Amino acid sequence: MSTAPLAQGGPAPRLQVRDRRAAKRKAAWRRRWLVLGLMSPWIVGCTVFFIYPLLASVYLSFTHYDLLSRPRWVGTANYAFMLHHDPQIWNAVKNTLWLMAIAVPLQVLFAFGVAGMVVRAKSGVGFFRTVFYLPTLAPPVAATLGFTYILNPATGPVNTVLGWLGIDGPLWFESPSWSKPSLVLLGLWGIGNTMIIFLAALLDVPRHLYESAQLDGAGPLQRLRWVTLPTVSPVILFAVVIGVIEALQYFTQAYVASSIVGGGAGNAADPANRLGYPEGSTMFYPLLLYQQGFRFFNMGYASAMAIVLLVVAFAVTLLIIRNSRRWVHYQGGMR
Amino acid sequence: MRRIAAAAAFFAALGLAACGGSGGKSSTTAQTSTAAASHQPVTITLWNGFTNRELGVVNQAVAAFHASHPWITVKSVGGINDDKIIAAIRGGNAPDVAQSFTADNTGAFCSSGGWIDLKPYMDASHINASMFPQAVQTYTQFQGKRCALPMLADTYGLYYNKDLFKKAGITAPPKTMSELTADAKKLTVRDGNSFKVVGFDPAQGFYENAPAHYGPLFGANWVDGQDKSAIAKNPGWAEFMQWQKGLIDFYGFDKLRRWQAGAGDEFSASNAFERGKLAMAIDGEYRTAFIKAEHPDLNYGTAPMPVADSHPELYGAGYVTGNIIGIPKSSAHKDAAWELVKYLTTDQHALALLSNGLRNVPTTSASLKSSELTPDPRFKVFLDIFANPKTATTPITAAGSANQELFQDYVAKWQAGKVTDLQNGLAQVDKQIDAQLANSAGTQVP
Repeated sequence: MSTAPLAQGGPAPRLQVRDRRAAKRKAAWRRRWLVLGLMSPWIVGCTVFFIYPLLASVYLSFTHYDLLSRPRWVGTANYAFMLHHDPQIWNAVKNTLWLMAIAVPLQVLFAFGVAGMVVRAKSGVGFFRTVFYLPTLAPPVAATLGFTYILNPATGPVNTVLGWLGIDGPLWFESPSWSKPSLVLLGLWGIGNTMIIFLAALLDVPRHLYESAQLDGAGPLQRLRWVTLPTVSPVILFAVVIGVIEALQYFTQAYVASSIVGGGAGNAADPANRLGYPEGSTMFYPLLLYQQGFRFFNMGYASAMAIVLLVVAFAVTLLIIRNSRRWVHYQGGMR
Repeated sequence: MRRIAAAAAFFAALGLAACGGSGGKSSTTAQTSTAAASHQPVTITLWNGFTNRELGVVNQAVAAFHASHPWITVKSVGGINDDKIIAAIRGGNAPDVAQSFTADNTGAFCSSGGWIDLKPYMDASHINASMFPQAVQTYTQFQGKRCALPMLADTYGLYYNKDLFKKAGITAPPKTMSELTADAKKLTVRDGNSFKVVGFDPAQGFYENAPAHYGPLFGANWVDGQDKSAIAKNPGWAEFMQWQKGLIDFYGFDKLRRWQAGAGDEFSASNAFERGKLAMAIDGEYRTAFIKAEHPDLNYGTAPMPVADSHPELYGAGYVTGNIIGIPKSSAHKDAAWELVKYLTTDQHALALLSNGLRNVPTTSASLKSSELTPDPRFKVFLDIFANPKTATTPITAAGSANQELFQDYVAKWQAGKVTDLQNGLAQVDKQIDAQLANSAGTQVP
């Protein structure tokens, strides 16, 4: 009896299975559509604002394009100009490398140092946190204007105070050897974001590690070297990577400082005439890209510069991340 | 964390590349109509760079235009710069008439077809470019294509403080560069490590000091007959640089820089010349209006800039540049737009009205003698400089002011004392300019 229905109704369970499978497939598709629907704002945004401009830039980098008429294919001429002829590119590369080599480590160190001090404060922690974070809220243009005023070599308060002490203050933004350090000072002033992340990481270091290190006779420096640094190393990596990318994109502060400090020079209506002031010392790669694209009507070449920058930024970041395996420790072996 | 860092890197890098630009709109051939304009009521838009009081002056001229062309209503929008004009042309929503302060961009507007060729309209209206001085004709066309007309000009001359001259026992403004140097030294009053008064500041980059403004005073040209950069071949440029470095060394470059940092913003009431901290300055005719508004008591005079000792015949000439105005290719009412362009650039009454209000030089040769111009002997000096046949401008390129900026970079190094072989450096600058212009024009770099 029991086998009969099976023998007779053989196809029925198969149908059921098929239905179940179909329903499952349907549900899976429904889920996929739902996911796609939920992701669609991002997909549209990413396509319109990243993928399309990126592909357009790749195409434009092989064209002559003056912004106003149709791009004209010129093959690799823009890349050849970059490597062999552009009179300004190596200076711009040098300036940007300077930022990466000097400004980024200083900013990471400074943010770490400030976070380390704030974390130790016995009272007024909230106050110090706010004070050091506050500059981050200042818009970059306003902050730069403020610094050009403070560091004005003739009338600024810094040189005035230095003058009282009998010190002939530097020319700051007016001098090719001091203009980049002045921008670094501006950067150090605004390390609030990095400082907050370091602060969170420092508070996250397990207390018991310090205690056991102390029991083993480790001094403050050893505790820093063997407990704090390994624990916060992922945050250091994060800060370095973000810092390097920001250095590669550095634009606003240099643009504003050179326009303001550069003064008149020719066309009054045109602050971009002073890009790189003084003596090209603040002509960073993105400023040159802007100058070529929007001032020299050379958007094909500017696109080639953007593509090279993309490749370099990617390569440098990968290099840092690969190299970080030797010094970054993830708690619980998580990566 | 590593994944976050990698993702952050990727998207930040993506953002970098994305800022490179986007695809362009196809250019359309300008549809010109030489038929007599119909008097159908039409509203056109004028974009201009003026703001506040100056915009009011432009609007007065626009109102006068409407009175004489009642079928054309003009919507005037001020505060516009070239970036906005270019973006609007790319977006196909440009105004019918666009005015720009940057004559250096004429090449880009003409060569790209962004602004239409005005020749058919000029021919139909029997307007000949020869009504403008030669230098003005130069900066309103590119390679024979006239896509712009001049709407007032700036000429550059010498401003000098009469009280300080008297104090130093100088009776007349200098006429040659060595006289300028001698007077500058006499007028300079040192104050410890700085200066109470600087006689003349020749550092390029300061206020209106740009090589372009000095070229005509040294008989220095930018290009040779083949349109190749010829800065090294032109002895005038080296003479100019030697002269300015000589005077800079009298002050000390760093001391001068420090003084400049406190000299006051050029376009404000704290301008060093206006406050008597700078005894002489090269500046445009517009300064007369600034002084009148900001320091009406300043006892000053104007004169043509002194010229190279080797070229006394150039005295009376100077540098000229100016506003340009044209019709973007997407204008839907080109005939009406042309009527406005024609009015603002060639009508005597309009030019006098604008010149009196803006205190810029009216641009046709005939308008210089207009009885409507408010008489002012100090302003008259600039009208004479404008009319001088040796007055010159900078060559127009398809790459904006790339040639000037590359040269300026070199001059900046030179005046800081960082150049050992001037002539060799100038030859390098020529090569750089030619390479840049070739790349900007989309041709093979030589």
